[in-house]
Amino acid sequence: MSELSVNHLLGIKYITEEDIQLIFETADHFKEVIHRPIKKVPSLRDITIANLFFENSTRTRLSFELAEKRLSADIVNFSAGSSSVKKGESLVDTVNNILSMKVDMVVMRHPNPGAGVFLSKHINASIINAGDGAHEHPTQALLDCYSIRERLGDVAGKKVVIVGDILHSRVALSNIFALQKLGAIVKVCGPKTLMPRYIESLGVTFEPNLIEALNWCDVANMLRVQNERMDISYFPSTREYTQQFGLNKAILDNLGKEIIVMHPGPINRGVEITSDVADSKQAIILDQVQNGLAVRMAVLYLLASKIKRNDN
Amino acid sequence: MYPENVSEHFLMSQKKLLNATEIHVALHRLACQLIENHNDFSQTVLIGIQPRGGYLAKRLVGLLQNQYKIKEVQLGLLDITFYRDDFRRSEKPLEANKTAINFVVEDKKVVFIDDVLYTGRSIRSALTAIGDFGRPTEIELLTLVDRRFSRHLPIQPDYRGRQVDAIDGEKVRVCWQEQDGEDAVYLIKE
Repeated sequence: MSELSVNHLLGIKYITEEDIQLIFETADHFKEVIHRPIKKVPSLRDITIANLFFENSTRTRLSFELAEKRLSADIVNFSAGSSSVKKGESLVDTVNNILSMKVDMVVMRHPNPGAGVFLSKHINASIINAGDGAHEHPTQALLDCYSIRERLGDVAGKKVVIVGDILHSRVALSNIFALQKLGAIVKVCGPKTLMPRYIESLGVTFEPNLIEALNWCDVANMLRVQNERMDISYFPSTREYTQQFGLNKAILDNLGKEIIVMHPGPINRGVEITSDVADSKQAIILDQVQNGLAVRMAVLYLLASKIKRNDN
Repeated sequence: MYPENVSEHFLMSQKKLLNATEIHVALHRLACQLIENHNDFSQTVLIGIQPRGGYLAKRLVGLLQNQYKIKEVQLGLLDITFYRDDFRRSEKPLEANKTAINFVVEDKKVVFIDDVLYTGRSIRSALTAIGDFGRPTEIELLTLVDRRFSRHLPIQPDYRGRQVDAIDGEKVRVCWQEQDGEDAVYLIKE
């Protein structure tokens, strides 16, 4: 197989295991490309990509932008803060206005879950979801799994625990789908108040005790506490969260085995993980960032290859 | 149009252009020609063009080191998929291969090695691709089979094993012992 089964990357839910493996194999090649003296290939030079960020983002946006430039695409950037969205323009209108300037692909982050799926039904361009509310963040899950594959050789059969705010996390949901499609076993851990009520219907188990979870796992993905999404108090204080679910060096050293520590960033140092854990050899946080570039190049390249040429 | 058994034979036949002995003679000659121009290969690197140039390149390196006692020959593999000019134009999706160039090409003489030279488009892509690794002093091209009168671009080989006349629609297939079970070059008519 050498072609994706989809024309958009809206979520991990909509793609197959073969799609994920193809993205990983392609990302292997791009990982080599980004270590060359000239880190750029001309593949997408006749493709124009619009980066539409209706919600704040630093690393995802930077990563996408760099991936697009490394593939020689033309790009236009848009952020909601400084646009007509504030004047009341609808999503479809905004995007259609941009598309009438002959844009081939759209990378979109939006605060509303399902924004990408909605858009894909109304416009004629390839859409990549860069995060839609608390729904999915597919490229983050892909780069997380790619990083596990790189470190452990394979994702299948590995035990992964996702710790923290599962309720508000699109990273958690996309990771659960991706890990399960690749054959990993997934547990979630965190305050009961931050667990979606039907989380176990996704085939994951809930473990309330961090130490138990860490003793079980090969990989711990420590999610950020998303204070900005918490409209009510889900736990009494940050200090109490850290005492129960924060990962420090003492816990890590007392496990009796080496686990891999991941974090999607940005880190609240001293909350989810302490500084010495974040900077330890077991943490692959910066590898994740580098792999993110290769994985996003692979996704862009594979989706672009499905866009029909229009020579007229 | 044709009776079934006849049509099969008519539409798909193959002719052996080079047998194992002829290939070995050609490889020795090519190795000697390389030595004439590159001495001890201290300033020269060989680059096999993926996917199938790698086999030929490895054979030549084996000959140079074992038969002609060249101490060290640097060999890299270059994949040109992301540089091709038919991205989004061909019916079949393009499949990438591994690139492995673990040395500096800046100020080196580069010899591209590919099994068949046909339209010249792969070599055009390879010329762009190698530039991303540095600026070689010069680039040469070695090919086992040179299909005459079929070039789309002004590209010619510096070393050739055999010139072949084949029309469009015919395919030249180079088989290698280690990959395909025999050393042979076939002309395949479809």
